[in-house]
Amino acid sequence: MYRYDEFDRIFVAERVEQFRHQVERRLAGELTEEEFRPLRLMNGLYLQLHAYMLRVAVPYGTLSSRQMRALAHIARVYDKGYGHFTTRQNLQYNWPALGDVPNILGELASVEMHCLQTSGNCIRNVTSDQFAGVAADEIEDPRVYCEIIRQWSTLHPEFSFLPRKFKIAVTGAPNDRAAIKLHDIGIILSRLPNGETGFDVYVGGGQGRTPMIAHLIRAGVPKRELLAYLEAILRTYNELGRRDNLFKARIKILVHQLGIDKFRELVDIEYAGLDKTALVEVAEDEIARIKAYFAPPPYKTLPAQSESFARDLESDAVFAAWVRTNVRDHKVPGYAIVNISLKPTGGIPGDASAEQMDVVADLGERYSFDEIRVTHEQNLVLPSVERTDLKAVWDVLVRHDLATPNLGLVSDIIACPGLDYCNLANARSIPLAQDISRRFADMERAHNIGELKIKISGCINACGHHHVGHIGILGVDKKGTEFYQVTLGGSADEDAAVGDIIGPAFTEERIVDAVETIVDIYLALRAAPEETFLETYRRVGVDPFKEKLYAAH
Amino acid sequence: MPLIRNGHLAADTWLTLADDAPLPEGQPVIVSLARFKAEREALSGRNAPVGVRLKSSESPLDLAESLDRLSLVAVEFPSFRDGRGFSHARRLRGQLRFKGELRAVGHLIPDQALFLIRCGFDTIEVKDTAKLTDWQRGLSEFSVWYQPALDERVTAIARRHGRAPRAYEAAE
Amino acid sequence: MSETVKILTANRLIDGAVVYGGSEGRWVERLSEAAFFGGAAEAEARLAAAAEDVVARKVVEPYLFDAERTPEGLRPLRVREVIRAAGPTVRRDLGKQADL
Repeated sequence: MYRYDEFDRIFVAERVEQFRHQVERRLAGELTEEEFRPLRLMNGLYLQLHAYMLRVAVPYGTLSSRQMRALAHIARVYDKGYGHFTTRQNLQYNWPALGDVPNILGELASVEMHCLQTSGNCIRNVTSDQFAGVAADEIEDPRVYCEIIRQWSTLHPEFSFLPRKFKIAVTGAPNDRAAIKLHDIGIILSRLPNGETGFDVYVGGGQGRTPMIAHLIRAGVPKRELLAYLEAILRTYNELGRRDNLFKARIKILVHQLGIDKFRELVDIEYAGLDKTALVEVAEDEIARIKAYFAPPPYKTLPAQSESFARDLESDAVFAAWVRTNVRDHKVPGYAIVNISLKPTGGIPGDASAEQMDVVADLGERYSFDEIRVTHEQNLVLPSVERTDLKAVWDVLVRHDLATPNLGLVSDIIACPGLDYCNLANARSIPLAQDISRRFADMERAHNIGELKIKISGCINACGHHHVGHIGILGVDKKGTEFYQVTLGGSADEDAAVGDIIGPAFTEERIVDAVETIVDIYLALRAAPEETFLETYRRVGVDPFKEKLYAAH
Repeated sequence: MPLIRNGHLAADTWLTLADDAPLPEGQPVIVSLARFKAEREALSGRNAPVGVRLKSSESPLDLAESLDRLSLVAVEFPSFRDGRGFSHARRLRGQLRFKGELRAVGHLIPDQALFLIRCGFDTIEVKDTAKLTDWQRGLSEFSVWYQPALDERVTAIARRHGRAPRAYEAAE
Repeated sequence: MSETVKILTANRLIDGAVVYGGSEGRWVERLSEAAFFGGAAEAEARLAAAAEDVVARKVVEPYLFDAERTPEGLRPLRVREVIRAAGPTVRRDLGKQADL
């Protein structure tokens, strides 16, 4: 993974000093809250319901064990012993004191981490496929380009005061695990006719109040031109995006208003007119330098089959069940991708204690070439584990409540912090996730149901990504009472789709029953056990679900 | 209003003229875009420099034909959160090759100092001279810059690979 | 019938903690110690006075919210304020509720 060079280290140290001064000026009254707010937001520091919240950037979801240990340490010393992994592959602390934040940043900087641009109207953390570098279906590791975009977008002088936040995702595989069509800019690596890697650029996706799927603006952008092309898009947005209405300020609104063809035309004019002497080219030597950090680790040459692994599977059915759900094929024979569920039955989705973080750090160091990933579905990944080590890894995970065999199943719920933590929320989301998880605690039943992504948001900002849940749930406030509105058929993958609202909202008392009824309807309608919830929904449509659900309730 | 130029306070020799104020003799004046378009000949015919003050909602492209007659363009920031002015400056300096003084006016905070300079501004109007040290610190608080802009600062990438800085060619 | 009153609240600048306007212009951490106002004019005056504490860097974003006076004490009308007064409902070991 990328390691800071002297320039990166100097930069992040200077950034810590800058924020230290900003806090001093704030506490001395030289900056008003109005002036300080965008500055602290550009450093990921929010004021939430109970306290400040600090969002740490985990670039494209990749962490070393040393970094994970630092996150655990910060949780212990400055917070309340835990952190929350988010739907943008970042980590949030819920209880830091403003006065401590400069020191927290200093500790993060010492392990090559920061909180820069994890909030505010600027370019945010560039996210990616959690299996980048190890998935068999990948064209090229997208994280090289994530890192290039990350550096280019860091304290960009022109694009730090955009109309609104700007989210970029990059994937290197045709199976989209990074939800690129739900981003302001989504990039898929592709093969150009000359054999080189190019970029298919999508623009104008997003969730929130007005969910939209991104449009293809240009296919096959050559590497050299990537940043210049992004500059053309960002400048067009910076100049034309609305600044009068917070809810209409994202680029998706601009693209929708102009239409993709007109928007493309404007970007192309901008691109053609770019001053060629100041063109920000992606230089080959810099690509090569960064690529070297993402070179494959020293994999052993292993046979595809392993007798000891086969014995482990036979000897322990619980282990075998976990392998079946949580372990994925690796592109290198003899290795596997381990998914660590942060969704124990009745647990808080995405939360991890400091102890659990340390455990995962140790496992990453010992068994996975010192690398850990964070997924946008709020789980963790050990990307490269030898099959013969899986049992040992699992044994440790079990001891620390990290071995729930529910990846992608009904109890692998994505939920935002909601009204328990968040200033913007209208309803609580976590208790609902816990109740649903407990209702479907039986793993055999969950396995029989198959892949089913439930996503819950506590308000229209959709941080729980409910629009793209197979079952999406939006918490709303009706006259002071929490209600839950259901959508069906959303999807964040390459066939991205926004879910359909199914009907009137359910009360807190009835929503879990409603979810169970929806699952039962699916089970009754599916053409075969292998037909997933989403496949059934796409085949039969919303009506059978609507009718039967509201007849029953 | 006091200005910051090259990290120091500088006197302002320009007069910003309201749309209905009479045109003074022999003094450098800054007028709105609307007034400049309406009175272009009268303004250019004077024996004194002319400048235009561009609103954030206006486009530098509207000035493209007239830039050779202008000695100054003031780009307005109605709120420091309205970042259109940064793109206006880039466009004026870069694409349109404006050679005169680029001035940032309106509501700005010292933490934006480097952003402003890197986007091509020469001067920054400062409401509160007591904040001069904050502005000066703002200009020097970073020694590493990741992306090329419209200044001569050598980017991290150029330094990594021992490349000569991609100096912006201001001259034709 | 229980009385509806207004209560002043804000977050402390230095650590973001929820605080309530108490007596004599103080800020208190417990809802039970908060001052309450029966009349809107009184409440608005207290809110206006809080602006000084913003300038003095004690608190940020002060505002008023409604609560009921019950035999058991002050009960906010909105769930949001109930949660703010106690802590996350999903972690009863954290926040103000843990200190009670």
